[in-house]
Amino acid sequence: MIQTDLLIIGAGPTGLFTVFEAGLLKMKCHLIDSLPQPGGQLAEIYPKKPIYDIPGFPTIDAGELVDNLMEQIKPFNAGFTLGESAVTIDKDDEGQFIVTTDKGTKHRAPSVAIAGGLGVFTPRKPPIANITDFEDKGIKYIIKDPEVYRGKKVVISGGGDSALDWTIFLAEIADEVSLVHRRTSFRGHLDSVDKVMALAEAGKVNLITNAEVKEVAGGDKLESVTIHAKDGSKTLVECTDWLPLFGLTPTLGPIGDWGLEIEKNSIVVNNATDYSTNIEGIYAIGDVNTYPGKLKLILCGFHEGTIMVQSAFKRAYPDKKLSFKYTTVMGGVGSLE
Amino acid sequence: MSADINIVVVDREGQSHELVAPTDMNMNLMEVCKSYELPVKGTCGGMAMCASCHCYVESDHELKEPSDDEEDMLDQAFFVEDNSRLGCQIFMHPDLEGLAVTLAPESE
Repeated sequence: MIQTDLLIIGAGPTGLFTVFEAGLLKMKCHLIDSLPQPGGQLAEIYPKKPIYDIPGFPTIDAGELVDNLMEQIKPFNAGFTLGESAVTIDKDDEGQFIVTTDKGTKHRAPSVAIAGGLGVFTPRKPPIANITDFEDKGIKYIIKDPEVYRGKKVVISGGGDSALDWTIFLAEIADEVSLVHRRTSFRGHLDSVDKVMALAEAGKVNLITNAEVKEVAGGDKLESVTIHAKDGSKTLVECTDWLPLFGLTPTLGPIGDWGLEIEKNSIVVNNATDYSTNIEGIYAIGDVNTYPGKLKLILCGFHEGTIMVQSAFKRAYPDKKLSFKYTTVMGGVGSLE
Repeated sequence: MSADINIVVVDREGQSHELVAPTDMNMNLMEVCKSYELPVKGTCGGMAMCASCHCYVESDHELKEPSDDEEDMLDQAFFVEDNSRLGCQIFMHPDLEGLAVTLAPESE
């Protein structure tokens, strides 16, 4: 069981900066994030995009902002549970929250701040009615152990790096690899594209472009996919596995079932006070929340986290007096350790 | 000051909506749809990074060719057709008077 003063769900910019503000009040934080790295959408979706509305930075790349935030919160030694998503929340006898992840990791804290942004990143699933019948029975959206494809007949769909990289990798170990893509051009690294083209020419990869997998069939396990080409033709390809690799998309996920007041996929909070939700002790900050006049901006998330920790402090240390100090008065945060 | 334009958006239920869009505010189709509270999420805020504003262009307006970013995103979308575009990449311009689009089905 991981015990902390403030449990933050979501390690995007808002969650990260909240560690700093909580740290100034000598509160320990622990963060949970479904992604394997901190930074949320900044790291996952647009690390190379410049951001222009961070005060004091005329321009900064999203990835660089995450690096800077990590540097800024270093003195406060926050804990991280990465690559796991928060699934359930309970309250124990002492009124503390217990948050459990999909991998069973338990966290305990008097307050929980949901800084979940757009939600949990999950794989995009092609809209095929019976696709769920074959999930983990030949269809996988994320490849964890490539060895299981040794000697198999594998169909891969997608046009990005992950589709290309796995095509190159599996061409060596699988019995047969087909790559199906909507267009003739690929958006992955040029080097990967060249390699796939070379494998196709050498007959090691069956490259099918201007086409999409539209049907899946089988018994207990996947047995075939049917590929629809742009010219209207349909081809049935016998296979043991299909790997649709269409990237990740965020959804609110299990948090939506925690009894929080939700409006248009966002958590309703009281912005007049401390960004508290309808459940005492649970706050929501950043893009995940909504209130009249809400703006989904990183800088607003920073502000919300700052206000929120004052309230969370009172819950963690009800007997302690809170005195607000400027960092300029404190003379650097290194001394806080 | 440039004039407003009239555009038609057919939602996922087949309902047609006539919208008036300003052309002097650098607005894109995703933003116009959202301002009319049509069911377009615009999750990524208009960076061509989520495809939640995926639509089909039904009128024969000459649109700017999709950028690599837009094509890349369409690669990750479903129900993609030859007339598929991302609404966030269609900027309101006087030449688009009479633009007609249909919202693509949501994939989640």
